[in-house]
Amino acid sequence: MEIEAETHPLDKYLRTDRIPHIWCPGCGLGTVLNCFLHALEESDIDLKNLAIVSGIGCTGRVAGYLNVDSYHTTHGRAIPFATGLKLANPKLKVVVFSGDGDLFAIGGNHFIHAARRNIDMTVICVNNYNYGMTGGQLGPTTPLEAKTTTSPYGNVEHPFNLCHVAAASGAVYVARWTALHVRRLKESMKEALNKKGFTFIEVIASCPTTYGRRNKMPTGLDTMRYYKEKSVIKHGIDPSEADIEIGGDIIVGKFVDIEKPTFDEILKKLEEKIK
Amino acid sequence: MIKFYSGNIACAEGAIAAGCRFFAGYPITPSTEIAEHMALRLPQVGGIFIQMEDELASMAAILGASWGGMKAMTATSGPGLSLMQENIGLGAMTETPCVVVDVQRAGPSTGMPTLIGQADVMQARWGSHGDYEIIALSPSSPQECFDLTIKSFNLAEEYRVPVILLMDESVSHMSEKVIIPPKEKIKIVERKKPKVKPSEYLPFKADDYVPPMACAGEGYAVHVTGLTHDEKGYPQATSPEVQEKLVRRLCDKIRKNERKLRDIEEFEMEDAKLAIVSFGTTARSCKAAVKRARKRGYKVGLIRLRTIWPFADEYFEKIANEIKQFVVVEVNYGQIKLEVERCVGKKVHLLPKMGGEIHKPEEIYKKIKEVYNGN
Ligand SMILES: Cc1ncc(C[n+]2csc(CCOP(=O)(O)OP(=O)(O)O)c2C)c(N)n1
Ligand code: SF4
Ligand SMILES: [Mg+2]
Repeated sequence: MEIEAETHPLDKYLRTDRIPHIWCPGCGLGTVLNCFLHALEESDIDLKNLAIVSGIGCTGRVAGYLNVDSYHTTHGRAIPFATGLKLANPKLKVVVFSGDGDLFAIGGNHFIHAARRNIDMTVICVNNYNYGMTGGQLGPTTPLEAKTTTSPYGNVEHPFNLCHVAAASGAVYVARWTALHVRRLKESMKEALNKKGFTFIEVIASCPTTYGRRNKMPTGLDTMRYYKEKSVIKHGIDPSEADIEIGGDIIVGKFVDIEKPTFDEILKKLEEKIK
Repeated sequence: MIKFYSGNIACAEGAIAAGCRFFAGYPITPSTEIAEHMALRLPQVGGIFIQMEDELASMAAILGASWGGMKAMTATSGPGLSLMQENIGLGAMTETPCVVVDVQRAGPSTGMPTLIGQADVMQARWGSHGDYEIIALSPSSPQECFDLTIKSFNLAEEYRVPVILLMDESVSHMSEKVIIPPKEKIKIVERKKPKVKPSEYLPFKADDYVPPMACAGEGYAVHVTGLTHDEKGYPQATSPEVQEKLVRRLCDKIRKNERKLRDIEEFEMEDAKLAIVSFGTTARSCKAAVKRARKRGYKVGLIRLRTIWPFADEYFEKIANEIKQFVVVEVNYGQIKLEVERCVGKKVHLLPKMGGEIHKPEEIYKKIKEVYNGN
């Protein structure tokens, strides 16, 4: 049976004139974006006041496909750009969408400080264990021993556990899912979008083209099977116990959900006081 | 209102008078008092001060704030300006109004943190990669720190470009009388806004070089990217045609307006045979030297550049024949000298200092005599 439709119900969120996107077949990014669109659809976010900020990378291209105010900035600097944007216009809901390298290597310092300040924004990091855009070099989340173009004999560096970094830096909401957990990921995105403060979601996603094929997961489907086999949901676990290792369990779930005054709330109080 | 301000405080007050309501910065001598004063003043006027984790973040934050609809500024010195360069390029490419104050100290590297330099002139112009144009102004007194900061904001808004205020350590720390005009006497420029419906708006289409700017939350759903982009703002990173059109416009919007942007003080230039060219604090010593030389009958004048970039090519080309000799006095090893030489098409004399102190009027006077008398 053939299904024909002029438009897709989620088209309103996309710059449809920019589709097809640049992502490879089997890439997890489309799935993550799809979850985000559904999260938008199911929460009553005012699109006029939604702003997406990305850095540089395959994930960084997300900004360009969303039909809202969207900013594709420089490598690593999405978070400080988003900080300025949010503080200048507090009405905005600001979402940073970027890659593991962008947010945690070149931009790592900004991540920890924005979390520490509790800037009101949602950061979604698509962790594909490598630098997809530049052809598959190692990054700060590449598991020990994994093969990349700059670790041809296996990675000798210990990776970051992003959720641990986020929680330790002060994020008020921290969750991890894989691109397989579409429903739970969508729910997490809704929660993060509706929560005030620095909220963080790590999405582990496939990159068959540059990571998968060097690490025995040459197709997106192989990666999905791997996630299915290895994922263990452990809500509320101390994220320091959720390290990622080659062949080990991938612990997913919501790890942190706390309340804390945001930068702009504290600043507003201060301004009242000195008036 | 008459105040007694240092250059740094005058700059911060100028920013507030210009409507700046967002400051992001990272402390660095000799610019720190600007950040400190903004931290004190901005909360009083409903503005936002944030001390960022570094200068990369500071520059990114002011770009974000500008797209959030605020007038935004950062202040730094050479090492910080180096760190800001990639995002200054993003500002140029995305046509983001903002002001970057660089209180110059002596470099390279950490150099002389507490002492004057004027060697960031070329970095201000060429610091980020790729072809672009920028505006840079240079004040010689606390009064001008106030006035030119306001002007920097106005030009940033009018041309949609980062404007660099090239101060130097001496002007930043000298205190003098500063006249603050009443609010209604201060000319304030706001960015052009789109007048069409969102469906008809092309965010990077310019009728007169500068497109109207819709900020976040205004309903225009603008895409802003540092990639080569078309008039819609969409990436066209493999189209030489789009690149050609975009980069030409980004450069031409400044180049073609050089005459409007020109800001030169001429002193004793009417019948001058020898012209001193200078800027910033150094120009003050030059003025004293010119006065002394005039008293002794030398036909000498001073050309003081208040606008450094775009360089006043046409101005110098025009006077190249009337003026026999040019002497550039600057606290660097010949950066503006290169520019003057390029424009006048003949050898230009240089009286440089590598940094740490300004020229004494006697030194300049001696150089005038030497060059004038041809020895
Ligand atoms: C300053 C700078 N350095 C390097 C690059 C090249 N570069 C582009 S994307 C990228 C890595 C992206 O990796 P990640 O953030 O993980 O995103 P992914 O492509 O994997 O989604 C690099 C190094 C750049 N654009 N800018
Ligand atoms: S390189 Fe990897 S991350 Fe980039 S689009 Fe292809 S599969 Fe996705
Ligand atoms: Mg990556």
